[in-house]
Amino acid sequence: MEDFIVAAVKVVIAFALLFMVVLLIVWAERRIVAFMQNRLGPTRAGPFGILQTLADGMKLLFKESLTPRNAEVFLYLAAPVMALLPALLIFLVIPIGAPITIGDTTYTLQVTDLNVGVLYVLALSSMAVYAITLAGWASGSKYPLLGSVRAAAQMISYEAAIGLALVPVIMFAGTTSIAGIVEAQGATYFGFLPAWNIVLLPSFVVFVIAAFAETNRAPFDLVEAEQEIVGGFHTEYSGFRFALFFLAEYINLFTMSALTVTFFLGGWNGPTFGPTWLVWILPVIWFFVKTFAIIFLFIWVRGTLPRMRYDQLMAFGWKRLIPVSLAWIILAMIAMGIRRYGLPWA
Amino acid sequence: MSMIGDLFGPWKGFTVTFRQMFKPKVTTRYPKDKRVKPQRFHGRHVLNRYPDGMEKCIGCELCAGVCPANCIYVRGADNPVDDPVSPGERFGFVYEINMLRCIFCGLCVEACPTEAITMTHLFEMSVTDREEGIFTKDSLLVDPDGTPNHPLPETPLIDINELKLGDGWMRATAPSGRATFEGIEAWSPSARMGGMAPAEPSQQQTADSGRQEAASKKPTADGGQPEEESS
Repeated sequence: MEDFIVAAVKVVIAFALLFMVVLLIVWAERRIVAFMQNRLGPTRAGPFGILQTLADGMKLLFKESLTPRNAEVFLYLAAPVMALLPALLIFLVIPIGAPITIGDTTYTLQVTDLNVGVLYVLALSSMAVYAITLAGWASGSKYPLLGSVRAAAQMISYEAAIGLALVPVIMFAGTTSIAGIVEAQGATYFGFLPAWNIVLLPSFVVFVIAAFAETNRAPFDLVEAEQEIVGGFHTEYSGFRFALFFLAEYINLFTMSALTVTFFLGGWNGPTFGPTWLVWILPVIWFFVKTFAIIFLFIWVRGTLPRMRYDQLMAFGWKRLIPVSLAWIILAMIAMGIRRYGLPWA
Repeated sequence: MSMIGDLFGPWKGFTVTFRQMFKPKVTTRYPKDKRVKPQRFHGRHVLNRYPDGMEKCIGCELCAGVCPANCIYVRGADNPVDDPVSPGERFGFVYEINMLRCIFCGLCVEACPTEAITMTHLFEMSVTDREEGIFTKDSLLVDPDGTPNHPLPETPLIDINELKLGDGWMRATAPSGRATFEGIEAWSPSARMGGMAPAEPSQQQTADSGRQEAASKKPTADGGQPEEESS
């Protein structure tokens, strides 16, 4: 019973945190991109316009939700929910801070630690494409269909890369549990250099690039390329259903950044000091600092790079990312073998 | 070498966007800060008065005739003998402009023989009803002191001081032809003979005196361009 209450509290906190963070990210993205373009961005709602997202959400709530005549109604209605669910669920396995011990009970700052955490993440992140594909197809309209076809092809190209990029991480940590991967990064090289998986640099680069494609963000936002196919898969969506897609997109951005931090930048690992409460809080702060740095990277790339052409996207995925990750897996295997068993001729 | 250069090429783009974040912003925060409009801005029309309060419009309908968007409707009427509205025989007793159709080309201003219709710097004309988009004489005619009439004078969106400035057309068609002409009544108070003289010398006078000055200063060869002009 107590486990149940703890889990319920954790879920509520996790979801509340996600929605709060998304409000912040949407605002931050609009402000930062505006600043990069010498504009001001939203400044009206609340201090520095920080409540703009809330205002937009309210507006969308009160808007009419249209259903096109040619839509497959059930799938059309289910798609936004299918987009939001995986986005929310991925976050459940991400530890946002070090375990806290109160009395003789230890609480992990993670809703649940699956021993197949990495596979769970990969499975759910590939679920997101179903929502996009079905949304495009069920709309019964040509531009959404084009968007969903693009989404399907893009996902196939980049799922493989993202999976392969994580193989060296799993090999280094020796576990697929995400808490385990974070703990494995807690050690140090030479006593001061944090043993983050960033040393697997090719994996990190491939993962981040694939994450751009996975979250459908610039320069890989072909799925909703406004200049070519109107709004892409969400052309026919309006009102609250559109808001759900929008929400899912930004939750995905946050979870992918959090995953990047967890897999490659040491998760919540960082220097801790001071009284007990500070030791509890600091890892959470490190985690969010790192995550927001990655989110800034995402926004920065969006403000800088133009959208890639479709064939470039496919060629880049199949001809660059996948061979690079395969070669890197082999190299990493050899390195691990040497570390464990010594040089073959020695 | 070029391959290595290519590899770091995109990085240059990233530094550009990063640097721009700290540059001053170009946005004007509109309702709070208002930009000064260009001198010859084509804004909303007004119907002018002479300084004695007489309306300038004589109801000739030339503006309506020239309007390419067909948005002006004018009806003229004979002036009441004991209480004339405008100097002369007739005055415009109905004057309507459909602002939803107006393309702000300014042809009505050019057509007007008495400078009765001119354009202001006013651009805040939003209405909540298509009916309100038709501006009648009540809102078009300036107040006796020359302030353009505005349907919403109290809203913070309107800079009432700016309304009192003459617009580019007024300045450009000033008697002296100088675009900086501002704040001086350009026309005699009455269209009749023997009325008040213009506040400035006319373009003809200015041009004559200018030509005399030029002739006395710079002798030209066979009426061509002055030789020293280029130096």
